[in-house]
Amino acid sequence: LRCEIKRQCRRRFHVDEAAPIGTRPETSSSEYQENYVRMQALVQDLRDKVSTVMQGGGPKAVERHLSRDKMLPRDRINTLLDPESPFLELSQMAGYKLYGEEEVPAGGIITGIGRVAGVECLIVANDPTVKGGSYYPVTVTKHLRAQEIAQQNCLPCIYLVDSGGANLPRQANVFPDRDHFGRIFFNQARMSSMRIPQVAVVLGSCTAGGAYVPAMADESVIVRKKGTIFLGGPPLVRAATGEQVSAEDLGGADLHCSKSGVTDHYAQNDQHALHIARRIIKNINYKKDPGVTVEPPEDPVHPLDELYGIVGDNLKKTFDIREVIARVVDGSRFDEFKAMYGETLVTGFARLWGYPVGIIGNNGVLFSESALKGTHFIELCCQRNIPLIFLQNITGFMVGREAEAGGIAKNGAKMVTAVACAKVPKFTVIVGGSYGAGNYGMCGRAYGPRFLYMWPNSRISVMGGEQAANVLAQITREQRQREGKEWSEEEEQALKAPVIRKYEKEGHPYFSSARLWDDGVIDPVDTRTVLGLSISASLNAPQEKTRFGVFRM
Amino acid sequence: MADEAYNIGPPAASQSYLCQDKIMNVVKASGAQAVHPGYGFLSENTEFAELCVKEGVEFIGPPASAIRDMGIKSTSKYIMSAAGVPIIEGYHGEDQSTATLAAEAAKIGYPVMIKAVRGGGGKGMRIAHNAEEFESQLDSAKAEGMKSFGDDVMLLEKYVEKPRHVEVQVFGDKHGNHVYLFERDCSVQRRHQKIIEEAPAPGLSDEVRRSLGEAAVRAARAVDYVGAGTVEFIMDKHQKFFFMEMNTRLQVEHPITEMITGTDLVEWQIRVASGEKIPVEQKDIQFNGHAFEARIYAEDPNNTFMPGAGPLLHLTTPASDENTRIDTGVRQGDEVSVYYDPMIAKLVVWSEDRGSALRRVKAALADYHVLGLSTNIQFLMDLAGNPHFEAAQVHTDFIPQHYNELFPERTVSDTALCQAAISLVQQEAVRARERSTATKDPFSPFTLCTAARVNSQLIRIIVLQDGDEKVQITVQSNRDGSYSIKVKDRQYHVTATQRKEGDEMNITCNIDGKFSSARIVRMGSSIHIFSLDGRQDLTLPVPEYLSASGSKASTGDPVAPMPGVIEKVMVSVDDVVTKGQPLVKMIAMKMEYNIISPTAGVVKKVFFKEGDTVPKGAVLVHIEADPEEGETD
Repeated sequence: LRCEIKRQCRRRFHVDEAAPIGTRPETSSSEYQENYVRMQALVQDLRDKVSTVMQGGGPKAVERHLSRDKMLPRDRINTLLDPESPFLELSQMAGYKLYGEEEVPAGGIITGIGRVAGVECLIVANDPTVKGGSYYPVTVTKHLRAQEIAQQNCLPCIYLVDSGGANLPRQANVFPDRDHFGRIFFNQARMSSMRIPQVAVVLGSCTAGGAYVPAMADESVIVRKKGTIFLGGPPLVRAATGEQVSAEDLGGADLHCSKSGVTDHYAQNDQHALHIARRIIKNINYKKDPGVTVEPPEDPVHPLDELYGIVGDNLKKTFDIREVIARVVDGSRFDEFKAMYGETLVTGFARLWGYPVGIIGNNGVLFSESALKGTHFIELCCQRNIPLIFLQNITGFMVGREAEAGGIAKNGAKMVTAVACAKVPKFTVIVGGSYGAGNYGMCGRAYGPRFLYMWPNSRISVMGGEQAANVLAQITREQRQREGKEWSEEEEQALKAPVIRKYEKEGHPYFSSARLWDDGVIDPVDTRTVLGLSISASLNAPQEKTRFGVFRM
Repeated sequence: MADEAYNIGPPAASQSYLCQDKIMNVVKASGAQAVHPGYGFLSENTEFAELCVKEGVEFIGPPASAIRDMGIKSTSKYIMSAAGVPIIEGYHGEDQSTATLAAEAAKIGYPVMIKAVRGGGGKGMRIAHNAEEFESQLDSAKAEGMKSFGDDVMLLEKYVEKPRHVEVQVFGDKHGNHVYLFERDCSVQRRHQKIIEEAPAPGLSDEVRRSLGEAAVRAARAVDYVGAGTVEFIMDKHQKFFFMEMNTRLQVEHPITEMITGTDLVEWQIRVASGEKIPVEQKDIQFNGHAFEARIYAEDPNNTFMPGAGPLLHLTTPASDENTRIDTGVRQGDEVSVYYDPMIAKLVVWSEDRGSALRRVKAALADYHVLGLSTNIQFLMDLAGNPHFEAAQVHTDFIPQHYNELFPERTVSDTALCQAAISLVQQEAVRARERSTATKDPFSPFTLCTAARVNSQLIRIIVLQDGDEKVQITVQSNRDGSYSIKVKDRQYHVTATQRKEGDEMNITCNIDGKFSSARIVRMGSSIHIFSLDGRQDLTLPVPEYLSASGSKASTGDPVAPMPGVIEKVMVSVDDVVTKGQPLVKMIAMKMEYNIISPTAGVVKKVFFKEGDTVPKGAVLVHIEADPEEGETD
């Protein structure tokens, strides 16, 4: 009888469920409301700026472009994409206030990822309304970054070409270096060798170096009486050889489709060309295998816009990163790992749009334990092939005698090694501060995340502006003391103020985005969608095995 | 529905349904004891009724003598007049000379109707409004009578203006009993054929009703009528009625009589044919409520109700219940053929009173969705909703009189445009989802985050063609799942839910606070929106690059205007033709069409030969245009 009783087991009926994380914020509190209003204002400013950027080179240029019976670049992209496909546009703020008075909206080039014939493709579209689509240094950087994304994530590339080529006055910053104009064609050749399809659609001019975009492509399309491809344009030809020839006769669609063979497909107009591009992608026999388990996605249980009220715009105010996680992951379910150890770093597993993810988020300065915990967790994700998401809000690693004696440098180094070597797709969102070595441990730009995004409230710099000012003030004060000089409060303020101003300016997400230090500034509410799209794109690439370097013990 | 079925030959009625010997062979092969002749074909054929008697099979219908007597109009009028049934003044004489006829017409008084004695269905019938036009109308009637019936004997009648067509259902048995089952009003007609019928006739006093019924019974008795028959009267505005003709068969519109009297007339026919008495006496026959029958035809009301044919690519019907009856013999995927009457269905409804029955007709018509060919459904809806029809101001010229109200200029409403646009947008998302289900990555946000954009919203521009007009609609998805839609200069805020029901999308929209629902069917590039407002059609302009390169040359080639049979080919390859020259003669729906050359040029190809059946839109002849003539672009 005793035996029988032992074998009985009460059936549990909630085995597949998990308690959601996150709390209901006190939405009526003044702090929440103030946070909400301030973050909302930042988001509104972002949307306004992006809306301006999306106007391209202004009404005059747009009108001139349309009068030639050509489509605007964003319309071209929308026409190319599958109907209702999302478009993960990258680096919208590229070139923002970068060239003084000279505006280069979106860096003169639109890049992003969207579905074409069911395949996630990387699209690069010149904006001919911005300085004739010519390549500024930032244009090159943005084009190369897009190609880097395509290469890392194995995304077929579609180039919608309509560009006058390199910006001649700025040739020194466009032409000669490794990551300059030539790299575009280098990348095309290399990607093609990796069987990443390269498709060019010539919708306008394609002069000199630009001629290599369709020439280096696997397949290319050209529009009748609109597209031209030549190494030297009519003026150059006339100067060099005295030959007088029209652009159309020199490098038009008829010539290149029937005589030269530079292009493969002849299109009647933009619409037709984009249709042909869709057919090309349809025929590439591309099959995506995400290589991870997928589950039906679920919305978070908390309203996403509560992030505004929880986070606000004051980086000095702390918030629990779990509240952010709760508004990003499926069903707000988060299986936390080592919750009671190294508490300033939050680690755990979740699903995001059905994909498995490991999340690492900051809840304060990193101690030795936090770094060790992070290292352990990164190892787990690499072992299991789980994409990693870093939610950065980090002032740095702990300093001080006790911390140094505890080996914070070597323990921090362990985490940096793990992050650097991890081959699983990594994604970084800077949700607050991103300072110092914390940026490294939390997978900053240098650590090769597949995508990196910033919230409009965030800041990025080697340290906070006030800290930098204080450090500089401290050094100066000591110097004065050694020299036996007085240093007044006013003098100290005079030293500190411009430092703080400079850090504030250069740490701003627009400043970062303008220089392609990130892949875009995003509305906190969109974090879940943007991360989901990014993960989906990254899973086009086959899995890679991770081999870690030496961990200093 | 039948337990057994036999093939009686090819589709053409002359080779099957009208072949008496073939029918009789089936009777013998099956061991049938009786033949029900239906509504058409041999149902009023004296010879066939006689053949049945000779072969010892019961013909479910009246005796051959009654068919013959009633089949010839002059004879029938004579008999009726003798039996005390009121008849209309006229000349039924044998002297057919134009002078005599003209004199008789003057005696009767204009307007006068000239009618072929053996005629029917409006064929061989003309109206002369005055003496001047009498002769030409007479010639025309004679020619048509000769052509249609091989007989040009004419009768003249007083023409009743704005008459009503009221008919009485009668029934006789072999024991000398005759009853009437009240009347039907079939006044509203097009091409002299019925389109909507109701029972009882609205606005009749009990006394008129009784005297109508009794006159009809006298008529039946006069010819020893057996089985179901209909006595048709013409009724003037003072409700004075005159005998017109008797149909010696069950009629298409008999269900409305069944609905108001609670009878099954086919059952009665079979009982009576087997020798039983009529199951009830006159005093026990009552009517209750009001019934309508709307005939759903493959025809084009906007083109003189021209009969059509073609495939029923999409067909959904209202739900049948005890008050809604749908008599039909076709399903989705079937074809309305060129060989028979192009009726698709009879929609019969009953309700307590005329007003509610009419509302029920409209609602049921709104649920009757047919695509693939033109139908009269929209016209029937407009007719049923016409205030004059609602007021029962019916007469046989109803359609011409109210033509402008019944054929309004139609543009697709903004509501329907919003519904169509959202439906299109949402269906694209559904398609993306369906495509990914089979992949290893079915839940990617690239599939599920419909139209997501970073820091902005996608504004879609949708161009739809409404007749000759292109309408541009912009649709922006808002974060809360709603849409901002702009139609021309009008801005709407819309939320919508949509689900698939069979082949249709059932969409419910809230447009600026007003709810509306519709069912939407997309077939290739055409979009059809069905709602209580009827059907509205839109097309998606097809981009030029999708049309095959070879088709450009043939766009001007003449095509079959409707399905039919090639009667004569008048040109051959390499013939030089002038613009307007007849190329092909085709017969469709018993009507003849001359297909003419749209341009001067040379015949390069003739695609059909005489006797071929051609579908609607088929290119008949390929003509290479004379370059000097210039292309009509």
